[in-house]
Amino acid sequence: MGGYFSEIFYGSKSLLIGMGITFREFFKPTVTVQYPYQTIKMSAKFRGHTELIADEEGKPKCGVCGLCERACPSSCITLGSISVDIEVDGKVKKKKVLSKYELDFTKCSLCGQCVENCSFGALEFSKEYNLASTRKEDFHFNLLKRLEERNA
Amino acid sequence: MSAPIQLRPDETFILNVGPQHPATHGVLRVKMEMDGEYIVKSETVLGYIHRMHEKMGENRTYAQYLPNLSRLDYLGALGYTHGHVLAIERAAGIEVPERAEYIRAITVELNRVASHLFWFGAFVMDLGGFSPLMYAIQDREHILDMLEAVTGARLTYCYYRFGGLYNDVDDDFIEAARRFIPRMRKSLKKYAALVTGNIIFQKRLEGIAPVSAEMCRKYGATGPVARGSGINFDVRKNEPYSVYPEFDFDIPVYHECDSMARYKVRMDEMEQSLRIIEQGLEKLPAGPIMAEKKPKNIKLPVGDFYQAVETARGSFGIRIVSDGDKNAYRLKLRSPTYSNMHLFDEACEGMLIMDALAFMGSLDLVIPEMDR
Amino acid sequence: MSLTLLNVIVAVVIAIAFAAANAAYLVWAERRGAARIQRRPGPNINGPFGLLQPPLDGIKLMTKQLMIPGGADKILFMVAPVLAMAPAIMSFVTIPFSQGIAAHNMEIGVLMIFAFASMGAMATLFAGWGSRNKYAVMASVRAVSQNVSYEIPMLITAITVVMATGSMDLKTISLAQAGGFWHWNIFPSLHSPLMPISFIIFFICSLAETNRAPFDLGEAESELVAGFHTEYGSMGFGLFFMGEYANIVVGASLTTILFLGGWDCPFGIFPGVWWFLLKIYILIATFIWIRWTFPRTTIYGLLNLSWKILIPISLFNLLLTAGLLKVF
Repeated sequence: MGGYFSEIFYGSKSLLIGMGITFREFFKPTVTVQYPYQTIKMSAKFRGHTELIADEEGKPKCGVCGLCERACPSSCITLGSISVDIEVDGKVKKKKVLSKYELDFTKCSLCGQCVENCSFGALEFSKEYNLASTRKEDFHFNLLKRLEERNA
Repeated sequence: MSAPIQLRPDETFILNVGPQHPATHGVLRVKMEMDGEYIVKSETVLGYIHRMHEKMGENRTYAQYLPNLSRLDYLGALGYTHGHVLAIERAAGIEVPERAEYIRAITVELNRVASHLFWFGAFVMDLGGFSPLMYAIQDREHILDMLEAVTGARLTYCYYRFGGLYNDVDDDFIEAARRFIPRMRKSLKKYAALVTGNIIFQKRLEGIAPVSAEMCRKYGATGPVARGSGINFDVRKNEPYSVYPEFDFDIPVYHECDSMARYKVRMDEMEQSLRIIEQGLEKLPAGPIMAEKKPKNIKLPVGDFYQAVETARGSFGIRIVSDGDKNAYRLKLRSPTYSNMHLFDEACEGMLIMDALAFMGSLDLVIPEMDR
Repeated sequence: MSLTLLNVIVAVVIAIAFAAANAAYLVWAERRGAARIQRRPGPNINGPFGLLQPPLDGIKLMTKQLMIPGGADKILFMVAPVLAMAPAIMSFVTIPFSQGIAAHNMEIGVLMIFAFASMGAMATLFAGWGSRNKYAVMASVRAVSQNVSYEIPMLITAITVVMATGSMDLKTISLAQAGGFWHWNIFPSLHSPLMPISFIIFFICSLAETNRAPFDLGEAESELVAGFHTEYGSMGFGLFFMGEYANIVVGASLTTILFLGGWDCPFGIFPGVWWFLLKIYILIATFIWIRWTFPRTTIYGLLNLSWKILIPISLFNLLLTAGLLKVF
């Protein structure tokens, strides 16, 4: 019989303690970010999709070696190159220049293998995270075009 | 007039819990033969999100397989990638700098706290209390912010590399982690008062769903499920790896075998993880974070390699059979919830459905990890 | 006679409007309150403080297609939502909000409200059985056994109050408590020293009768998907939802009248309907507060609470009150 009443007593006490906690929480300020109206700054190491890095002239640093293409686990990178003639020390030489850098972001898992394997240091992660679309094609990024747009 | 619900000859009926059911937290299907509210027999149906991770491991190079590991268990992803890099490093004989190992231990433990916090919230929500989930998510958010600042991702990290880390931690991270520990301890006290002490919660868990130690051994259950049944087994202590021998921490073990014991094990583990993080931050040595001598394309010697690590859900093992090529000949992932889940069918016979679903919550299932 | 009938019709219209407005805005209050407890803002986009959310939700629910699942019992399926909402509105007819504000005062007001409250269980049963869904059937069976077992202690406590005041008329019960908070039934008196406990029992029972957390076994969403209204969409669901909140208002009003002195002012100043409203909204806020604090009980925990704790204590209280009334 004593156990019966002490259980009622301690049970009710535990319920009141719980209600006290939620009562205190009620008066605390909200902690959420109202997303479309407020945004937060991404941290410096945040990994969005990749972007090409430009050199001083605004051209991509990429040397079209294809290491990123091969390192990618999901094969979401497609490279294209054209060879152009450039003059080095008065001699005309052939050089491969990037003509196409397509990133299929629908497949990308942001592992960073392409950035790490790049022997020219030509890739970086963007801070882009506001990505939403109803069409798959919107995530087929043309990084070369994006670079030109950024330069302009 | 409606046709009556078709009863079987013995007046039982089949209830399909899942693949889309709020209590299964993913695409798990449990076929239950019910007698009223009592479960007569249950059959777990897996495979709804099987993604062939093991087969992928045989086709991709070891480095390319890194992102896959974090897609197994999206709540405690770092533990799984840790197991993978440890296995490869041991097989290839790569020396990892001490600083890198310390940072790995700190981040894994942070991830373990985050995982347990989310489990705590989801578990209480299974029992019908919604607010604790929000409080747990608030605390978890601090951890995710910290990990994002280091790893660049919030959930599916790809941070560890063979021989070290992707990038170093900065002072901001160390400062944030130091600030986080006392805050988390305060929150744990709040959870103890709000949830653990609550009479309704206690009545729902105490003595419910007993899982004996023998049953745990029979099905190969590990982690908090086994430790709640009195089996003192934790890979971090029993088969030490990484820098865990350097830390002073306890393995919480409860002998009650019920859902409450499993709950308490996880709540105590959070406290122990905080202790490890505290010590790790103190002892964190300076130095490089990447091994100096490291082959560019990793090829494992011919052989059979196995590495077990303790993740938030139990003992995760990765077995790599190598034929000397740059990808594995056979890769086997031993995922802890796969074994833990199989307890369910035997243990839930004769239980009420609401107790059975609370029991399922106490197993801490993450379905993508189970199906792989 | 015709004037009385007109009176009743006007009052019923007002009661329906009051119940509907309350149901709609209590949803808003609950969502805002729950959000504050969980440290988030809650609905805040539509209108100031999200105040336009309830009408917009209503429009959305009304414009959705009414689906009747194949094999369902059409009549029961259609009747159930109406049956969930109607008794709650009917109960408003006899509730006195103030000395002069009552649609139709009856000598047996307490009995009438309990009679209508029992019909709520029927709505749940019809909905569960009619929708031909295993989850819904299980939920409705649970909800009915819950309602039956909680009506007993609720009625016993109500009888205790009726015995102490000597009337079943809600107006008389309110008036008997007039003149300051120390006259209220919640405070122990010579005839009924255990009244505070009765109040708590009555409050718990009204939580269980309205299927509110922690006793929301009929719609335990983590076990039975959405409980008895799993198959309902559009306004069918809307009526269940509104019925729940209308029932809460009835429960809070009844608690206020039986225990908290009705429209009586605690300090004897400005007596009027606003005190009644203030009291019921404080009680409703407590309902909401409790819902967002506790986990759900089990079905056997719930029945144990009723049969092993609430019924013995309320019976003891009834006997004690009866004895004391005889002695003094």
